[in-house]
Amino acid sequence: MKVEQISIFLENKSGRLAEVTKILADADINIRALSLADTSDFGILRLIVNNTEKAKAVLKEHGFTVGKNEVIAVEVPDRPGGLAGILDALRGKDVNVEYMYAFVERSGENAIIIFRFDEIEKAIDALQSAGVRILRGEEVYSL
Amino acid sequence: MIWNEEYETMPREALEAIQLKRLQNVVERVYATVEPYRKKMDDAGVKPSDIKSLDDLRRLPFTTKEDLRDNYPFGMFAVPLERIVRVHASSGTTGKPTVVGYTKRDIDTWAELMARTLTCAGVHRGDIVHNAYGYGLFTGGLGFHYGAERLGATVIPISGGNTKRQIMIMRDFGSTVLTCTPSYALNIAEVIKDSGIDPSELKLRVGIFGAEPWSDKMRGEIEKKLGIDAIDIYGLSEIIGPGVSVECVEKKEGLHIFEDHFIPEIIDPETGEVLPHGESGELVFTTLTKEAFPVIRYRTRDITRLITEPCICGRTLCRMEKVTGRTDDMLIIRGVNVFPSQIEHVLMSIEGVEPHYQIIVDREGALDVMEVLVEVSEQLFSDEIKTLEGFAKRIEQELKEALAVSCKVRLVEPRTIQRSEGKAKRVIDKRKI
Repeated sequence: MKVEQISIFLENKSGRLAEVTKILADADINIRALSLADTSDFGILRLIVNNTEKAKAVLKEHGFTVGKNEVIAVEVPDRPGGLAGILDALRGKDVNVEYMYAFVERSGENAIIIFRFDEIEKAIDALQSAGVRILRGEEVYSL
Repeated sequence: MIWNEEYETMPREALEAIQLKRLQNVVERVYATVEPYRKKMDDAGVKPSDIKSLDDLRRLPFTTKEDLRDNYPFGMFAVPLERIVRVHASSGTTGKPTVVGYTKRDIDTWAELMARTLTCAGVHRGDIVHNAYGYGLFTGGLGFHYGAERLGATVIPISGGNTKRQIMIMRDFGSTVLTCTPSYALNIAEVIKDSGIDPSELKLRVGIFGAEPWSDKMRGEIEKKLGIDAIDIYGLSEIIGPGVSVECVEKKEGLHIFEDHFIPEIIDPETGEVLPHGESGELVFTTLTKEAFPVIRYRTRDITRLITEPCICGRTLCRMEKVTGRTDDMLIIRGVNVFPSQIEHVLMSIEGVEPHYQIIVDREGALDVMEVLVEVSEQLFSDEIKTLEGFAKRIEQELKEALAVSCKVRLVEPRTIQRSEGKAKRVIDKRKI
C-alpha cells in the first residue's frame, strides 16, 4: 500500500537540480514522479524512482544528503471533483496532509496523487473504507 | 577642558614615580591574595621585591583570557566577596562568560575615569547624555552612566534598541551627547534621515563611540550626518570597562591612556617580547589601582601602537592609535564580542549537528549581520520543509541565548564547508569599516 520516496537536500545554487538528474541518468534510473519544495535558502527534492535503493546509493556516493520515507499513491478520476472526493474521505479522521503532488497517468484517464500524511496507517484505513484505489509500490515504480 | 588637571597633565617623571609605587603595591597585593598570580610568579621565579623599576614589569608573567576562564567565576578576585559591590561580565571563549568584580572604591575610580573621559571628549555640566550603550552585565551602559553623573551632566539611561523612540526622546529631551557603538550611531543617523527629521531639530553636539573598531572614514560619515564631533573611546571589562583611554576633542588623533591607573605595553604577540617605542603590536595592560580585580600584564589581543609625542590638549598621558585589528579570532557584532569557539560550543551541544560550520559577517546599512552556515547531516534531514526550518530556528535561538546577539542560520549541503587543514577558515568577514 505504501510507496517509497527519496528526498534530497538542495541548496539554492544553480546547477544542483541538474546534477541530481544527471547522476540518476548515468545510473540508468528512471524518475516516475517528482516535486520540489523550496524556501529562500534551500529546497527539498522528492522523487519516486524505479529503483529506490540504487538511487539513494548513487546520490549519497556523490555527497548528497538523502532521506527515504513512505508516501501513498492514490488513483483519482481525471474529472472535476476527483480530488475533492478523496479529501472528503479524510474529513474528520484526524489525518493531516503534510504535502502532496500529482501527475497524470500514461493513459490520461486517471491522475495519480502522491500524499505525505502525518499518520499514514490511519489515512490508508480511511481511504480504503471510502473505496479509494490506493496503488501498490510496484505499480508506481513501473508506471 | 581637563577633569583632573593634577594627574592628566602631570610631568612624566612624577607620573612614572607614581606608577612605580602603585605597581609595586599591586604586585605585592596579588602575590599575597590571588593564588593563580602567586603560582605564575613562583613558576617564573619572580618575587614582588624584584620590581625595582618600571622596566621590571616585563619580568612578570602575562595574564590571558584563558587564565580568567580557568578561574571562573571569582577565582581571580583579590578581595573577599563581601567587599565586592558589583560584578560585570563579557564574552568568554566557550560557554562561560569572563567575570569581573568591583569594590566600592573601584566603582568610584571608574566614575572618576569616565568623568575624565567625558570631559576629554568635550562634555560638561549641563549636557544631556543620551546613553544608548546596553545596561546590564556589559560594562558600557553603567560605566557611562556613573561617569556622566560624576561629571554633573544629565543622564538619559535609554540603553539600546527601539531606534524611533530613541530619536523621539533625543529630540524632545534635547540630548546634546550621544553615547553608543559607532555602527549604532550610523543606524540612528539613517533612521533620522528616513523619518524626514531635520538634524538641526536635534541639539546633539558630541558623540562618544566605542566597543567596536571603526575608521576615520566612518567618523567623517557620522560627523557629517549627525553634525557632531565623534570621539573614539576604548576599554574592556577585564581592565575596568570604558574609561581606559579616549581621544581628546582638540586633536582626535590617538586615545589618551589614563596611565596613573593603567600601564600599557606593546608586545610581539608571537614571542611576548616588549617592542620598541612606536612599533605596532599587541596591547597589554597592567592595572595599578583596582582593588577587586587587578590584572597583571593582561593580553588584550588588540593591535595598536603607542604615541608618546605631546598632545595639543595639554595632557601628558601617552596615546594609543585606534585599534587596527586582533591577534585572535574574536568578532565584534553590533558591539558584542563573539568568539567562533562560542558558536562551535553551541553547535556541538545540538544532537545531529556536524562539527563543520562557517560564520559570515557582513554589514547591511549600518548594522552588522552574522550568518552561520550549518551542514545538514542525514540524521537531521527531513523531507518536510517545516522540520528543517524549525531546526534552523532552534539553532538561531540557542545561539542568540549564548551570544547575546542574534544571527541567521543557513542550512547547507554536506561537505560544502571547507574542512580544517591545520586551521579552517571559520570566519568570512565582508565588512568594510
